[in-house]
Amino acid sequence: MKVLIPGAAGALARQVATRLAAQGHQVIGLDARPWSDVPKGVDFHQVDVRKRAAEEVFRRKKPQVVVHMATVNALSADTSDERYRINLGGTRAVFEHCAAYGVEHVIFVGRHSFYGAGPDTPLYHTEDEPPQALAAFPELADLVSADLFAANALWRYPKMTTSVLRMVYTLGQSGQGTLARFMRGKRVPKILGFDPLFHFLHEEDAVSAIVAAVEKRPKGVFNVAGPQPLPLTTIAKLAHRQVVPLPEMLVAGLLGRAGLPNLPVGAIEHIKYPIVVDSRRFREATGFQHRLDEITTVRAYAEAFPGRA
Amino acid sequence: MSDIQDRLDRLELPFDSEGLDPFGISKKHLKVAFTAFSALYQRYFKVHNHGLSNVPARGRAMLVGNHSGGIAIDGGLVIASMFFELDPPRLVQSMVEKFLHRLPMASVWAARCGQFTGLPEHAVRLLEDERLLLVFPEGARGTAKLFKERYSLVDFGTGFMRQALQTKTPIIPFGCVGGGDAMPTVANLYKLGQLVGAPYIPVTSYLLPVPKPARFDICYGKPLLFEGTGAEDDDVVIGYVDQVKASIAALIEQGRRERGELAAGEAA
Repeated sequence: MKVLIPGAAGALARQVATRLAAQGHQVIGLDARPWSDVPKGVDFHQVDVRKRAAEEVFRRKKPQVVVHMATVNALSADTSDERYRINLGGTRAVFEHCAAYGVEHVIFVGRHSFYGAGPDTPLYHTEDEPPQALAAFPELADLVSADLFAANALWRYPKMTTSVLRMVYTLGQSGQGTLARFMRGKRVPKILGFDPLFHFLHEEDAVSAIVAAVEKRPKGVFNVAGPQPLPLTTIAKLAHRQVVPLPEMLVAGLLGRAGLPNLPVGAIEHIKYPIVVDSRRFREATGFQHRLDEITTVRAYAEAFPGRA
Repeated sequence: MSDIQDRLDRLELPFDSEGLDPFGISKKHLKVAFTAFSALYQRYFKVHNHGLSNVPARGRAMLVGNHSGGIAIDGGLVIASMFFELDPPRLVQSMVEKFLHRLPMASVWAARCGQFTGLPEHAVRLLEDERLLLVFPEGARGTAKLFKERYSLVDFGTGFMRQALQTKTPIIPFGCVGGGDAMPTVANLYKLGQLVGAPYIPVTSYLLPVPKPARFDICYGKPLLFEGTGAEDDDVVIGYVDQVKASIAALIEQGRRERGELAAGEAA
């Protein structure tokens, strides 16, 4: 199959492109960021998905499948304006090009943080639930909008198959991703008196899930998760990190300093309360099964990233 | 102590090698909690259980009962009873008030011990996972009962019945007597409660909101299974709820008889 991946230079997207190419698919990558050691079988174009040159790639290459991985979160984009343009402007451009140039199947790779975290939110969210607690974390609004915009392609473009994936955090060799970056240092902050469950899967399994979606073409919105979640303190213990419990008031002031990760203040809710998703629907639709359990996944990450002082 | 470890090992929950289940219930936390609770359960309070054989050894079930006063000690004692008296032991998962999960520490301990916020999503998911649920349909209004109201029942919510119908779960009614003696509340301070994030702070005849040692009688009734889908009209559901309420009232009466507060033939 001919698969086009907007955002192909991202840490997880590179692995998806590489795996798809290795399995004999014809892979085309798009990204504004560079990718120097592109593997054989991947045709990479360094263009911004919102620019005309990107549309030209859609027009000329005529991909059958598009895996949209060009969204960013509050950690990687510099300003909220920039984030908004990439997430919403980029997603809109991808879907419009898909519809215009006869793409059969488009996969939006989104995030499970869509559901939001709070004291009143249930464990194991199902796809039917609306986003909650957005007011506490406005930095998430553009990702939530991009997710909802992608999902309404299901009725706007009925001839095209749309899959919206809400993936849990990933941990793996790249060290990239929200949770992986949060855990990169030797010290991991924790809000005093709270210890939320974190839902994550190994990068290798995340790649398998996306490949399963390419092959099975499930139509609809799907949570994607692997093994069961673990409390933050257990993850830190398994990764030989030192947990630093801090009063909530203090954390807001210390983020980005004293060796603590740089997070927006709204993200504090996400280190107080869990976001755990039910991925039964995706497993049934694609037959996806994770290979690595939660403990092996953390240990593999800790081996690759022993934690810098 | 080894008894607690042995009982933890015989809990039929899918713990991973770190002793955590898919809901984040932690063996380590349960051990600390049950160790602390065993002293309260076995020494501080005198708990008399009646009709424990009505609780199924495995499979989904919903324990539905009354609050007998003060704070939710009755909930803790039911959890302890199912852990210390049943064979194999069962972990009771109660549907707790939302405020508990806003409080630091309380939030972690409640979550790691499987005591989740009372949301319909939680109830349905846990029942479909064949767990043993504990519901107090009186809610916080139930624990707010004053000493003189200790044997009464306030209005029942109906959510539990819809979830039981939807998941075809048997309801095991129970009546609890003794909370009124353990914690004779003369007034509740609602304003002060708001300040600390709780629904209210109870005031006892000896001022402190701490329970005294007391005898508890908990009577479990025969399982009640209602046929339906959970989408019935309110009148139908309220009719079923009233049946549960009536069995609980009868079980409270039975509890009072066990304590000798009521003579054999005497009505409350």
